[in-house]
Amino acid sequence: MVHARRGSIGRYYDVNGWLFVAPVLGLIGLFMIYPIVWSLWMSFQSGRGMMMKFAGFANIVRLWNDPVFIKALTNTMTYFVVQVPIMIVLALILASILNNPRIVGRGLFRTAIFLPCVTSLVAYSVLFKGMFAPDGVVNSTLATLGVISSPIPWLTHPFWAKVLVIIAITWRWTGYNMIFYLAALQNIDRSIYEVARIDGVPAWARFTHITIPLLKPVILFTTVISTIGTLQLFDEVYNLTEGRGGPSNATLTLSLYIYNLTFRFMPNFGYAATVSYVIVVLVALLAFFQFFAARERDK
Amino acid sequence: MTNGIGRAASALLTYGLLGLMAFLSVFPFLWMVLGATNSSIDIIKGRVLPGEFLSTNVDKFFTQVNAPLVFWNSAKIAILATVLTLAVSSLAGYGFEIFRSRHRERLYRAMLLTLMIPFAALMIPLFIMMGKAGLINTHIAVVLPTIGSAFVVFYFRQCTKAFPSELRDAAKVDGLKEWQIFLFIYVPVMRSTYAAAFIIVFMTAWNNYLWPLIVLQSNETKTITLVISSLASAYYPDYGVVMVGTVLATLPTLAVFFFMQRQFVQGMLGSVK
Repeated sequence: MVHARRGSIGRYYDVNGWLFVAPVLGLIGLFMIYPIVWSLWMSFQSGRGMMMKFAGFANIVRLWNDPVFIKALTNTMTYFVVQVPIMIVLALILASILNNPRIVGRGLFRTAIFLPCVTSLVAYSVLFKGMFAPDGVVNSTLATLGVISSPIPWLTHPFWAKVLVIIAITWRWTGYNMIFYLAALQNIDRSIYEVARIDGVPAWARFTHITIPLLKPVILFTTVISTIGTLQLFDEVYNLTEGRGGPSNATLTLSLYIYNLTFRFMPNFGYAATVSYVIVVLVALLAFFQFFAARERDK
Repeated sequence: MTNGIGRAASALLTYGLLGLMAFLSVFPFLWMVLGATNSSIDIIKGRVLPGEFLSTNVDKFFTQVNAPLVFWNSAKIAILATVLTLAVSSLAGYGFEIFRSRHRERLYRAMLLTLMIPFAALMIPLFIMMGKAGLINTHIAVVLPTIGSAFVVFYFRQCTKAFPSELRDAAKVDGLKEWQIFLFIYVPVMRSTYAAAFIIVFMTAWNNYLWPLIVLQSNETKTITLVISSLASAYYPDYGVVMVGTVLATLPTLAVFFFMQRQFVQGMLGSVK
């Protein structure tokens, strides 16, 4: 009799269900929940290495008086505010072009634009470091085209170093986002576009009034993913700047600063944990804000 | 007339943009391969023609780097992480979808929230934990924290929705136990889901950087990603050698991408379906 009811929702005490999900929950508990709680506890402590004592809010006060932290925070937010919108708009435009079946060679274009996703973050950072060397291929091409008269100091000027990081991340992730949009676009009936086109709706208006509203859930999803990724930026900056976040901390990110605080300088786990909680709070706030904004626009 | 010109202009714009983006996306790969054939100076000076230094660079790479060991380390970590991740995640994805209860739904949603936890906030406690367990500088320490992934569980649960319930019912009639149904019915039926997940998880593990950088401290345990990073951050990096390294490190993922493009993309998209 009991077996006849299987498959319906509401079996609270089915042992099998718990057995199947237990390994993952155990691992996530041990390697995510426990450390994140410990990290919070640590952020209220201070001291060198393992010699820590309770320090109350001293670490949080220290944040505001730490110019390097402020710099890392500003840089991270700059990457986020500048890079994520550029990448998402670019990916949306490319996806809506490539969604048109009349485009010749669209499979080839799609594969090419997606290709950067197969590289490791370290490998492409190293490649970019070489390509953007003072006399490297990028500067010499720009000079040949007459765009610049003297080489751009990509790796040594605070502004251009940030631009380089943004170019690099955009190169790596635009195709990735595009694939999400393409998949979502395939679920949209193409006749909507045909009708709009026959009614004389211009391409740009079709993009803003049909494509974007229909893709909103995917755009939200990719924005949240990109937000989390950008706020954790580490590999690229570490490998473009020999682990320093230079020139003079112009490219330093929060993750890189935490790494330096923990493994490069005299380890101060408590303060580093406090900085890491800044990322936790930022991710939570921004994700909440993005969901909220998406819901508001629905009304 | 104007319509014709407008259409021509828009086609030019469309194909111009596509062509430019495709070129910019592919160029670094081309440059990487060409770089492996050039001397370090030529690479830095922006040479984009094939050179004659390929064998020199390859020789130097294999004398500076214990390549078999380094690639073995990378492969070992990636395969171990992938197999374990797929095992526990598919169990959980299946468990959450087939044996539903209100408690487990709540737990599932709580588990998805862990997707927002940044690794930077975990690395210090994890490092101390591994230190206390005496696992620093071991591959176990690299693999352990990566196995429990809410993302992969989510992927498997989404795909399990397509698993035909008739198969389960038939197996039950035949008297199979729950674990037998999972192992002998679910796993073979869902092999394309496993293939897609395998590719993505393997690639993530193969390319993983920050955590191995913290945990692996001796040359004997380092992965190819760590080795490339340290070659490139030398005071005078030999870019020819670095290029050989990046080509060798990128080839496996590139090959997987070209031979299994469908599963590759399917795996990446897993989460939005």
